[in-house]
Amino acid sequence: MDELLKKQLQITACKVRMGIIEGVYNAKSGHPGGSLSIADTLTYLYFNKMHVYPENPKLPDRDRFVLSKGHTAPALYSVLAHRGFFPVDELKTLRHIGARLQGHPDMKHIPGVDMSTGSLGQGISAACGMALSAKLSGENYKVYAILGDGEIEEGQVWEAAMFAAHNKLDNLLAIVDNNGLQIDGKISDVCSPYPIDEKFKAFGWHVITMDAHDFDSIEKAFNEAETVVNQPCVIIQKSTKGKGVSFMENQVSWHGTAPNAEQYAQAMSELKAQLAELEG
Amino acid sequence: MADLVKKATRESYGEALADLGDKYENLYVLDADLAGATKTGVFKKKFPDRHIDCGIAEANMMGIAAGLATTGKVPFASSFAMFAAGRAFEIVRNSIGYPHLNVKIGATHAGISVGEDGASHQCNEDIALMRTIPGMTVINPADDVEARAAVEAAILHDGPVYIRFGRLAVPIFHDKETYKFEIGKGEQLVDGTDVTVIATGLMVYEAIKAAEALKAEGISTRVINIHTIKPIDRELVIKAAKETGLIVTAEEHSVIGGLGSAVSDVVTEACPVKVVKIGVQDVFGHSGPAADLLKEFGLCSENIVATVKKALAEK
Repeated sequence: MDELLKKQLQITACKVRMGIIEGVYNAKSGHPGGSLSIADTLTYLYFNKMHVYPENPKLPDRDRFVLSKGHTAPALYSVLAHRGFFPVDELKTLRHIGARLQGHPDMKHIPGVDMSTGSLGQGISAACGMALSAKLSGENYKVYAILGDGEIEEGQVWEAAMFAAHNKLDNLLAIVDNNGLQIDGKISDVCSPYPIDEKFKAFGWHVITMDAHDFDSIEKAFNEAETVVNQPCVIIQKSTKGKGVSFMENQVSWHGTAPNAEQYAQAMSELKAQLAELEG
Repeated sequence: MADLVKKATRESYGEALADLGDKYENLYVLDADLAGATKTGVFKKKFPDRHIDCGIAEANMMGIAAGLATTGKVPFASSFAMFAAGRAFEIVRNSIGYPHLNVKIGATHAGISVGEDGASHQCNEDIALMRTIPGMTVINPADDVEARAAVEAAILHDGPVYIRFGRLAVPIFHDKETYKFEIGKGEQLVDGTDVTVIATGLMVYEAIKAAEALKAEGISTRVINIHTIKPIDRELVIKAAKETGLIVTAEEHSVIGGLGSAVSDVVTEACPVKVVKIGVQDVFGHSGPAADLLKEFGLCSENIVATVKKALAEK
């Protein structure tokens, strides 16, 4: 990847992470771990890949994004705010009474949210419906969806996987955020969905793996995905839950816990230092 | 009464979709391996490119319908009531109801008249489930004419609609030339002053027959058809409560959460009168011919007559 672009994306991703911490801290609840693990991928999608229109979020020819792992809404809201869909300052209203930023994505009220999600396993079906719609009408938009690695324990995901392959939805790109942790522990201990790659292959998908925190790897994976025809494509991204905040990394306890004032200060100071280094 | 032509409302559903396909180019039909039984096969034959078979996966089908609706298409997701409202409830609630997407759910084989398939397939709970979802319109047509009209009304309505169809052929008593269907508006079929029978679905014709029999015994029975259980026609229900002072509801559904409950909700708040509920009395059904089951479970004009007389005696 072009070094200048990479630097810009890294800077944006760092700001997106600060927005995640800002939102969850002010909400006094929410899901920072799995939000931080998808921050780089979302940044790449919204700042370098998807055709979106912050001034006119519902233009029919836009690319669609479905956050099937809807509990990581803080990441989606932060990237949407930084992309100009609504003010960054609004992130502080997350989960507040009267706020647009609901605990899970709400397409009726939040500009840029293409599907309401939150109950795991459902977003991918809606994403398939959007991709199918484009095929039925001969439209060119693409549909992206991010699922959790714990989420794929839901049976509906595999109903959708079968459907997407059967209907040759090559305009659909799913990303499985493989951070290895779910609420009750390691996904390999709770009810292992491994091998994830072999499962999707068996369901008729083209499977790509990438490092979720390396923009060269991300670009390579997305470029490969674009060459795939007549079958849906999934990127299994190896990620670190809590990425970017030292004490949250790889800690299952940060799945759904908000930082206290001291932890917030430390997280923001770490992210500010990363930002300063990138901008330096 | 003269013998009327009979037809199952599931047939009306499939034929209406096929008839309306040209007029509404945004109309798409989804099935979960039951196109032959839901009767959407006639649409599939006429518009193969606008029929999507999702396989035996109702949860995913509802999500596909939601995704199609976000792009402006009008999908009818079809399956048996048991699976559309039962199995897929939470997907309907969260992926269709919560975002208020323009998805229509065509649920066939509702109620005990499924017959021989037995209790596993006799869905007596769907109205209760669907009417708890905010913004969901719930329609239960009584005959072919009403079922066809309901399909077009659902297309024209912006928002999620659940329409309930039956497997059993039922008499066509509405006049297709003159019948006007409006979502949320009940229909007074017989005027009366002693008691009101409020019925829905295949119980409407039974209520008309019961009113005739009661008339012969000197009992003046008002008959109201409530095809839209949500939003219910409050005005018509309250008027009946005020003017007749006694209501008997009749539905091919559990007495918990269906028409009887919806009517009681209105009456207890606005004009408390006695409401007696005819329906499936909190039990599972079993296998058997539909006509025999309807009699056994009291879903017939004879039971309406007996229930009305008993309630009047206690009035």
